[in-house]
Amino acid sequence: MRIALENFTKTFGDTAVIENMNLEIASGEMLALLGPSGCGKSTTLFAVCGIHRMDGGRLLFGDKDVTSVPSQNRNVGVVFQNYALYPHMNIYENIAFPLKIRKDNKKTIDEKVQEIAELVHIPELLDRKPIQLSGGQQQRVALARALVREPDVLLLDEPLANLDAKLRLEMRSEIRRIQQKTGITAILVTHDQVEAMSMCDRIAIMDKGQIVQLSTPKDMYENPASEFVAGFMGNPPISFLDGTVDENDLRLANSSQSLPLSSNISLPNDGETLRLGIRPEHFQPNYPAKLSGKISFIETQGREVLYDVTLENGDVLRSIQSSGMPHAIGELVTWGIDPDKTLAFAANGSRL
Amino acid sequence: MTSNFKTWPVTLLLAVLSLPIVIMFAYLIVDTVTDTTAGSLIPDRFTLEHWRFLFEPPQTGRADIWAVTLNTFLFAGSTSLIVVSVSVTSGYALSRLNMPFRKFFLGGVLTLHAFPTVTLIIAIFLMLQMTGLYNTLIGVILVKTALELPFGIWIMKGFYDTVPWEIEMAGIADGADRFTVWRKLVLPQVHPGLAALGLFSFLSAWSEFILPQVLAPDGASQVLSTYMQNLIKDDRAPDFNLFKSVGLFYALPVMTIYLIFNQKLMNIYGGGTKG
Repeated sequence: MRIALENFTKTFGDTAVIENMNLEIASGEMLALLGPSGCGKSTTLFAVCGIHRMDGGRLLFGDKDVTSVPSQNRNVGVVFQNYALYPHMNIYENIAFPLKIRKDNKKTIDEKVQEIAELVHIPELLDRKPIQLSGGQQQRVALARALVREPDVLLLDEPLANLDAKLRLEMRSEIRRIQQKTGITAILVTHDQVEAMSMCDRIAIMDKGQIVQLSTPKDMYENPASEFVAGFMGNPPISFLDGTVDENDLRLANSSQSLPLSSNISLPNDGETLRLGIRPEHFQPNYPAKLSGKISFIETQGREVLYDVTLENGDVLRSIQSSGMPHAIGELVTWGIDPDKTLAFAANGSRL
Repeated sequence: MTSNFKTWPVTLLLAVLSLPIVIMFAYLIVDTVTDTTAGSLIPDRFTLEHWRFLFEPPQTGRADIWAVTLNTFLFAGSTSLIVVSVSVTSGYALSRLNMPFRKFFLGGVLTLHAFPTVTLIIAIFLMLQMTGLYNTLIGVILVKTALELPFGIWIMKGFYDTVPWEIEMAGIADGADRFTVWRKLVLPQVHPGLAALGLFSFLSAWSEFILPQVLAPDGASQVLSTYMQNLIKDDRAPDFNLFKSVGLFYALPVMTIYLIFNQKLMNIYGGGTKG
């Protein structure tokens, strides 16, 4: 079902957390609300689910205005960060709870619980108590309970934050599999860009109550609209170089070095400051625009190695290279940048 | 206990320190079934005479022990019931609902909890007389309940505070109304608190002496504590062995409750850990 927020405003006391936000999610789409903590992403989620009242604007499920419909009648499924399973009920009762509240008959409840338990791969756990399950299993139960009444929209509030690294990887693909199989419209709230990129069709990146950019993961990575987005997307993160424009070059701040600028950047006037974003994969030994520096930090990641290279003006560039070419800390290197792959930002952070 | 720490000195010390109490308890029990010459420590003969009060009202107490026991049960039971049912709802309200004067109410509850209740007794006496509840069991129950409530509400609020908000949010999103959420999802989480509070207020009312003594001194609404006081009122012929027997009889339910429920009673100090 299509979900639309129109001019959504939310205030707590006197502070407006979100002002005039517009967001549309297509039917069957999985959208990530991504942003640092306090950016309003959870507030948005709770407004969609009805736990927070909206202070302005409209919320549409399909063509139906549900702005003033109480949460109970909205038909949303929510998965919470701590799963919020009911500790005194066993797994069967947990999953059956929404159906019991809806007063389905016993046979229907039984069938539906079995069916959803199969879908999330937990049919053998139905008579256990939540406390006897591992985090990943609890997560599956929470998903099953959210999905069992076939809601119009599935809301996931940082569902992977409480899992350990290996389980997180597993549940990432599991949640996506279940979402695609049921074809349900889903909203994922997360502060982890890897989760957002790997699980969702589109990402809405938020900052200070505003959607800064709304796009597909690939486009957002390659074409960030602002310095904030560029810094938020990508792991290891992008590094930035400050400098001033000098014809078609960038003269690095406090340095004699300069870099050629790509022709597809709409250049500001000479002498204006400019900030160049360079992703670690675009700073490599064999790229044309050379810069010299000293390796100041090495992080071994197994398949790849991440180098921090400190330039003579103190700026740091990151480079990620396949392991096997050993470099040592303190080594002087001259590596290159691909000017066409760099991202240029104005002083106010907007993309050039 | 670790093996590099000798336990017997501590055990010995504690044994010596608690010896007086043990001796007192031993004599309490022994004296109820024996006769002893005044001044002697060794009992003379075995007798069940002191337990006669169970079957016939003794001259000094004048009331039937079973009627008094029933009164005590009614007093303690009703107090416990009212305290639990009021605390379970008001504790939730204070913990969760955004109600007016919440801060003021919380402060008031805490102040009342710490307030020495004896100082109120004259005012309460006058109020009961005006309302016609003086010398009735209902009057004492109401007063005892009112004095126990601050503690109960505060304890229950603490238990509700430990229930995660997300459980309620999940219940709401699952389609349940606020009342169902409270009854089906939240209430089961605070069960240990409820049980402990019920027992505590029962025991507290069971051992209450001042309130029944001042507010309902007459025969019909006597409870065991005032009954015992009546037994030794006549100081020309005090029957201390009878007094001790009734005392033991009075203490039996309390000890039984402690033995059966001591695990539950400890919960109240744990602040509602979820199990």
